[in-house]
Amino acid sequence: MADDMKQDPEVERRDNPAAAAAEDDDDARRMVINIGPSHPAMHGIIRIVTELEGETVRKAEIEIGYLHRAFEKSAEHVGWNGVMPYTDRLNYVSPLINNFGYCMAVEKLMGIRPPERAEYIRTIMAELSRVGDHLTCVGASAMELNAFTAFLYFMAARELIYELVEDVTGARITIAYGRVGGVRSDLPEGFIPKALGFFKTIRKNIAEVHGLLTRNRIFYDRMRDTGVIHAADALDYGIMGPFLRGTGVAHDLRKAEPYHMYSRVEFVVPTGTRGDNYDRYLVRMEEMEQSLRICEQCFKQMAPGTHQADIPPEYLDANQMVDAAKHARTECLIDREARLSPNMEGQEHRHKRQVIADDKTAAMPSLGKTYSNIESLMNHFMLVMNCHGIRPPAGEAYAAVEGANGELGFYAVSDGTGYPHRVRVHPPCFPIVASLEQVLVGGMVADIIATFGSVNMIGGELDR
Amino acid sequence: MGRATEILRARFADCFLDAHEQHGDETVVLRPAGIAAVAAFLRSDAELLFNVLMDVTAVDYPGRTPRFEVVYHFYSLPRRARLRIKLPVPEDQPEVDSLTPLWKSANWYEREVWDMFGIRFRGHPNLKRILMYEAFEGHPLRKDYPIKKRQPLIGPMN
Repeated sequence: MADDMKQDPEVERRDNPAAAAAEDDDDARRMVINIGPSHPAMHGIIRIVTELEGETVRKAEIEIGYLHRAFEKSAEHVGWNGVMPYTDRLNYVSPLINNFGYCMAVEKLMGIRPPERAEYIRTIMAELSRVGDHLTCVGASAMELNAFTAFLYFMAARELIYELVEDVTGARITIAYGRVGGVRSDLPEGFIPKALGFFKTIRKNIAEVHGLLTRNRIFYDRMRDTGVIHAADALDYGIMGPFLRGTGVAHDLRKAEPYHMYSRVEFVVPTGTRGDNYDRYLVRMEEMEQSLRICEQCFKQMAPGTHQADIPPEYLDANQMVDAAKHARTECLIDREARLSPNMEGQEHRHKRQVIADDKTAAMPSLGKTYSNIESLMNHFMLVMNCHGIRPPAGEAYAAVEGANGELGFYAVSDGTGYPHRVRVHPPCFPIVASLEQVLVGGMVADIIATFGSVNMIGGELDR
Repeated sequence: MGRATEILRARFADCFLDAHEQHGDETVVLRPAGIAAVAAFLRSDAELLFNVLMDVTAVDYPGRTPRFEVVYHFYSLPRRARLRIKLPVPEDQPEVDSLTPLWKSANWYEREVWDMFGIRFRGHPNLKRILMYEAFEGHPLRKDYPIKKRQPLIGPMN
């Protein structure tokens, strides 16, 4: 009986005019505002349909997918190595972490372990990326709250990070630096002193922004107690990373399941207490310092690279090398290095064997070897020719790294062919954006900007 | 054999199909009917404590019966342990129970699986496309969806 009455709202309205009038009043007071998909205060393309009562958000509906590029579908059609450049474009603010996460999944499938030096390089590059990511996130969200100076200080610092990344990988963002079994090339000469010099400037800029923002009345009032999420809710949504740590849960994959070289370095996992925007800001600021610390420890622990070896190598032009090999004059090729173009620096044989696993089924031989002996040439062909390439044995593996926003996981399924059967990305900001439907409710419209800034939504990984 | 596998095998013998530990990832294959009960157990059991539903996805195996596999990744924060649960789902009736009553994270992940693979989730409060738009036809991550297929243009026409 009661069910019947509920089924027809019109009947209900007629029977209870007072309630109907209140409802009409409620509807009149509520206003629907569309924020996005393209909005100057929202970096990234996302649509938030808000229902407002005055300036208070009563309901928020998030619409994503505007940057969908079919990453997972494309990965099934390009071969295992071909996926690497696509992973750069997932979280394009810290692409190196994506590279290494994907590499780890494939390495797990193939049972390969990268050499120690490669692991150190991965640790260093991942931490540089994390600093760059946090600089962007904090800087941009401060700018959206009108603190443009802080943004400029952080962009200046990020520029230094990009310069270091460019020195190592040859590109700023689309780096494609990870390789299954290691990394593409060794660190360039003079990298460590240059990085240490830059770290001083970065630290100075971070201190400057601390002075500008941390005790700033306007900034504090807008960040404190806005965008609050509690630990239980955060876990319910599957949120990891700074967003979870801001609620007081000291969970960091680098500590919980150490990969790369994180078990050999000391660092602190900063946490907040209230799970609001301000705590997340503080967590990110502290994490940058910790990341720089990790890099410095790696610099100290790393065995010196071969570029510091005692005997300088003898170089030979690549074309001379190929000619000599064609005429079987191989005795003059022993211990010679091919002179490579400057953009391939760090990939000579003596570097290569230190930064990538000695595994012919996955790692490319150095170009010097490819030019000078037939086995390496065949090996090279087998890895680059269409329908060949890396072939992990049939099976499945899930590997996760601590991305700048939380757990970045890759679930790879191989059917034994040269193409992945399935590559699934678990994007860290996906659950965070999902939680916005709850987090934004009850706050003010102006808080959306502050909260959305601290979410650090990256369209590339959210929509894939 | 991992602890979770042992417990699930003993407790849910009627829907337990298979288990393996390839590359160190503890994996259990279950009959789809059992997922809601198993998930509720995993979450509440004092020994296993799988309190995070990390990921829900699916894999299409054309030519295999059942054709689809829905893959769950659970994570236990206190134990730092992971568990993968796979459900074989038939092509003619691609439907499994939703985990949204247990985890809020299931909401969007299940929407994505519906969007990409066309697998329905019983009891999901808002099962609509998430990455694609409503007028999109087909489910793009199915293997029989051609990578170069064109879709009709949407949006305002003038």
